[in-house]
Amino acid sequence: MMGSIDPILLIASLMVASTPILLAAIGELVVEKAGVLNLGVEGMMIVGAIAGFAAAVESGSPLLGFVGAAVAGAALSLIFAFLTQVLLSNQVATGLALTLFGIGFSALIGQGYTGVRPPPTPKMDFGPLSDIPVIGPMLLRHDPMVYVSILIIAAVWAFLKFTRAGLVLRAVGESHDAAHALGYKVVRLRVLAIAFGGACAGLGGAYLSLVRVPQWTEGMTAGAGWIALAIVVFASWRPWRVLAGAYLFGGVTVLQLNLQAAGVAIPVQYLSMAPYVMTILVLVLISADRRRAAQNAPASLGRVFHASS
Amino acid sequence: MLKLERRPAPSRGWTAVTPVLAVVATMIAGGLLFAALGKDPVEAIRTIFWDPLFGKFASYSRPQLLVKAGPLILIAIGLSLGFKAQVWNIGAEGQYIMGALFGAATGLAFYPTDSVLLFPAMVLMGALGGFLWAMIPAVLKLRFGTSEILVSLMLVYVAQHIMSAASFGMLKNPEGMGFPGSRNFQHYPAAFNSELIAGTGMHWGGVAALGAVVAAYVLLSRHILGFHIRVAGEAPRAARFAGVSPALLTSVCLGTSGALAGLAGLFEVSGPAGQITTDFASGYGFTAIIVAFLGRLHPVGILLAGLLMALTYIGGELAQLTLNLPSAAVQAFQGMLLFFLLAFDVLANFRIRLARRKVEGRARA
Repeated sequence: MMGSIDPILLIASLMVASTPILLAAIGELVVEKAGVLNLGVEGMMIVGAIAGFAAAVESGSPLLGFVGAAVAGAALSLIFAFLTQVLLSNQVATGLALTLFGIGFSALIGQGYTGVRPPPTPKMDFGPLSDIPVIGPMLLRHDPMVYVSILIIAAVWAFLKFTRAGLVLRAVGESHDAAHALGYKVVRLRVLAIAFGGACAGLGGAYLSLVRVPQWTEGMTAGAGWIALAIVVFASWRPWRVLAGAYLFGGVTVLQLNLQAAGVAIPVQYLSMAPYVMTILVLVLISADRRRAAQNAPASLGRVFHASS
Repeated sequence: MLKLERRPAPSRGWTAVTPVLAVVATMIAGGLLFAALGKDPVEAIRTIFWDPLFGKFASYSRPQLLVKAGPLILIAIGLSLGFKAQVWNIGAEGQYIMGALFGAATGLAFYPTDSVLLFPAMVLMGALGGFLWAMIPAVLKLRFGTSEILVSLMLVYVAQHIMSAASFGMLKNPEGMGFPGSRNFQHYPAAFNSELIAGTGMHWGGVAALGAVVAAYVLLSRHILGFHIRVAGEAPRAARFAGVSPALLTSVCLGTSGALAGLAGLFEVSGPAGQITTDFASGYGFTAIIVAFLGRLHPVGILLAGLLMALTYIGGELAQLTLNLPSAAVQAFQGMLLFFLLAFDVLANFRIRLARRKVEGRARA
């Protein structure tokens, strides 16, 4: 039965299936590196999904769709930023509010878009490279966002590792009090990080509605944002491991879909829960190694920063 | 330039006033949102907040208030215990589903008995189902340090798929002519959770919710465990020195909230919903999070907040019928309410002072 699954197609579709959570997760990684825990990823993703969808349908341009999604995701995340950074509200509760609001709000503006087809996102053309056997169809015939997502990973990695601003961002995440004492603008930096995370989550959502599915349905993110949060933990806050983690989860998703299509004698529902069960298992494996987990998590993660206290 | 100055202790006055402020702000912002969508804002707000209680269809919608508020209060009471102790159970929706499944499966296993013991047995199994589902994140957290937020949430999706599998497989009504979904408890008197006083919407779920409010109040104000829960949340280090066991607290908080969510699921499936179907889950588990916060994690506050949130559900349905407002509008509304509540919290926790320019300038230099 496994013979009916083509490994080349499997890897090609794995890359597509992974891209939404990859984008959302790398954004959240930057947010958490700055010491902020934003549980609103799911909400920002779904708002990005509808905003990108609407922008693409109305303008006829997938590119404008992705731009619109990034803007919408960032705009929504600024609500979170204002509440947690200026009004000093609890990050866990505010993130949850963002998700609940995002799910309702997206359904509200998505009313007119059910059943509409978005403009197709063109595939990249690498000329003769795309025709290389095996590698061509596997890696080089995707839409641009797949490559953009990998570039974002590389950029975030380089930013955190090699730039001064990246160093400051990590310092703020490790000890906001020390960073503040050194004269760095903790709040400003965190707001920027949160906005970046929102934009990435928005892109991830738009990738779902414009490329992966491609259509708009209420609640279509179905927990992808939460899986993205889990991937950041899985990756121990390291950019390239986010890539590995996302592709692993994409692989499980694609594999179970393929098994469904191949008509395996397991009820569809049990296969569909595989990515979620897998997320739990991976979280357990990662967290079990307490020493390592504790070393890598930003020390100020989730703590409220107030200059006078 | 405004400056925030932390209060030594949260202001009691503001803590009580801010939920009311949040509701008013939500009405205004919601009105603006509806206006932007081309609806008459005043009429929309009136339809949601006033008509269910005093409007044309009030005789129908008023009993619905208790039907909807029951599960919300029941779940939120459980969640509030955890939130107080900084134990974040976000997966009440999954525990609600598993409670409904366990309870319904028990009832259906004995079909068509008329034993008076059946319903109590279902109640017990419902609570057990929710309890066991909540103990998964608890055990994983204690044993491996896994985040209970992410695990309890993932389990919501797992529970939804199990429910779907059950309504297509194990629990499918053999006389259902191939349609997914279990037998309807309405036609099964021994297992049906009927209205206790006709026309009020009060069923066993409402009774349990009121019981939970009283029990939580007593626990938090009179019992050492309630004191430990509060200390663990406010001063974790102090709690540890005082010998409060974090393992015990995590288990108690997650287990209790799971059991209560399971109960809510059982009362719902055996009463208002009537059967296990693929779309049984209604989001009560998530809305209850808002109820817990809106009620300030205080039992009496949660009672009031649950009634208010139930009102938005019923008003939302009414607005869907009369104004053609999309059903999701209510969810956006509820999310907004939580935003405003959290935003106004700043007034309870901080004093807002006018800082003098000069001081600010020197600080900058």
